[in-house]
Amino acid sequence: MNKLTIALVAGAALVATAGCTKKRPDVVPPAPGPVTPTPTPGPGPGTGVVPGSAEDFRRTVVSDTIHFALDAYDIDPESRAVLDSQADWLRQYPNVRITLEGHCDERGTREYNLALGDRRANAAKNYLAARGVSPSRITTISYGKERPIALGSNEAAWAQNRRAVTIVIN
Amino acid sequence: MRDRFGHFIRDFLEPAKRLDPMKFLLTLAAGLSLVAVPAMAQDVDVPSPVPTSPSSGQDGATQGGRSQDGRLQVDVTADVGSDQLVIAIPAMPTSANQQTAAGSTADLGRQIASVIEADLRNTGLFRTIGPDQTPQIPYGQVTAPDFPFWYSGSAQALVQGYVRANGDGLTVGCYLYDVALQSELVRQGFVVGAGDWRRAAHKCADAIYTRLTGEGPYFDSRIVYVSETGPKDHRIKRLAIMDQDGANHRFLTNGQSIVLTPRFAPNQQSIVYMSYQNDRPALYIYELGSGRQRLLVSDVSLSFAPRFSPDGRWVLFTMSVGGNADIYRVSSSGGTPQRLTNSPGIDTGGSYSPDGSQIVFESDRGGSQQIYVMNSDGSNQHRISFGGGRYATPVWSPRGDLIAFTKIAGGSFRVGVISPRGDGERLLTNSWGDEGPSWSPNGRVLMFFRSSQGSGQADLWSVDLTGVNARRIPTPLDGSDPSWGPIRE
Repeated sequence: MNKLTIALVAGAALVATAGCTKKRPDVVPPAPGPVTPTPTPGPGPGTGVVPGSAEDFRRTVVSDTIHFALDAYDIDPESRAVLDSQADWLRQYPNVRITLEGHCDERGTREYNLALGDRRANAAKNYLAARGVSPSRITTISYGKERPIALGSNEAAWAQNRRAVTIVIN
Repeated sequence: MRDRFGHFIRDFLEPAKRLDPMKFLLTLAAGLSLVAVPAMAQDVDVPSPVPTSPSSGQDGATQGGRSQDGRLQVDVTADVGSDQLVIAIPAMPTSANQQTAAGSTADLGRQIASVIEADLRNTGLFRTIGPDQTPQIPYGQVTAPDFPFWYSGSAQALVQGYVRANGDGLTVGCYLYDVALQSELVRQGFVVGAGDWRRAAHKCADAIYTRLTGEGPYFDSRIVYVSETGPKDHRIKRLAIMDQDGANHRFLTNGQSIVLTPRFAPNQQSIVYMSYQNDRPALYIYELGSGRQRLLVSDVSLSFAPRFSPDGRWVLFTMSVGGNADIYRVSSSGGTPQRLTNSPGIDTGGSYSPDGSQIVFESDRGGSQQIYVMNSDGSNQHRISFGGGRYATPVWSPRGDLIAFTKIAGGSFRVGVISPRGDGERLLTNSWGDEGPSWSPNGRVLMFFRSSQGSGQADLWSVDLTGVNARRIPTPLDGSDPSWGPIRE
């Protein structure tokens, strides 16, 4: 819980400094030009974390997960901050490939949720692409309601389960 | 020939054209010659016990059973319990007790009667007096029932039969009698491999059900579904197949990959389903004969929600490209998919009408999931559901007159039906999480899965078209995504 609170605060700070000027992309933009990697604090020496690894990704970014409103797939400001931090890291390691998983809560039917999860994964993919991550590095997969992380049947659990998760492929 | 009520008795010569490679044939002639012999049977003492009360035992329930023209019948539209027909099913005797691969013919006679009893009882339309509540009848009585005895036990209808070893297989005779009028209503015989003895029982029950209700048969059919176990966040899902009553259960996949939404091919030789094999969700065809599977659509895009066309030539499915899901069809042997919808919303859950001319599907193009109907070429797409809430998983009845769906409203999922024109909506279940209906081959019963709030554990259930007689289908583990196959030939 502490970690989540810190992540949210960090996210909010990032949003504030980023200025929130970019609109949500509707389509995948053309392949972005070269982006100058902004120096991001990597894992400190002696941590044993390999730079560019999945572990490095999880330690560096605000979160590997963004959340969605009920039956929605738009990227809200909080999610933008998370994805911005992911894009920063991904631009630093241009050979790293990722999978974006789209997930839903249990209040949709099975097949509809497969489509909705796909919408969510693609929304995140499009956002990262607009931030300079080549879409050819990103694979999407929808799990619909097949893989919840919160097990209850209540609003709090459903909110956690409506998500897109970025997985670094080592 | 005609019986005394002017209805055709099923002639054994006519169904002979339904012969199939499974050696499933109707052999009334054999049955006749067998039971023609012992006239002495009438002299055998009938054991004295009177049948005990019917197992469903509602005291004082009115006995249904006779139409205005005097015909023994069951009203399938009446509330269950108000008009049940009392039917006795004693164990089927054998001419000579012989061992078969499935046990002795005497034991099989009792087991077959039990399967028939369960089939009939599970319809909710009958009060059954089964083999455990009836005396063993002598072999010679099979075609010459002791009508006064059964009448005194308040049975209205009587099922008798016999079992006889026949080489590697069995011959099973199946007779239905009107007890009060002392007339024969059904006379059929079945030759099956010993391991298929349950099929003979289901065929007999189907003949009785069809004769008494006027509805089509459905007992000799199978279900494919997803067997589930394990914690909610990591359910292990396996493809499984079983008889309609849960018997002969068999797993088809090992659970290493998530599998979803299996659907029978009309010829029952294959199943189309979705699998996450190699973390690449895709549609596969599983061949039941060989146990082999092949990729149906080789595309990196997400494809799901498959369903065969009634002629088996096509598979309707949903493909999502860049987050936009539309309905396509592809030849069941593979090839290039043909796109049928192109709305920016989620179009999924396609299901053909039984004549193949139309497709029902769900779409959120109007803002929320609703049911739409279109021609099979994708033209004339129009919405048919206008009630409150969301509508999903439409599936066309094999009779063509209704579409079953899942309705999401008030925080719960319920199963209902609506006409293809969009009128006559009726909800058939009232629970927290009822989803994914599938029709029985005769369009009388719907099977679906019911999820528990919290645990998410799901079980298979069925409900009659009238919304009564909801009951759980026994499965070894949890179950979801049932698909009811056609009647077996």
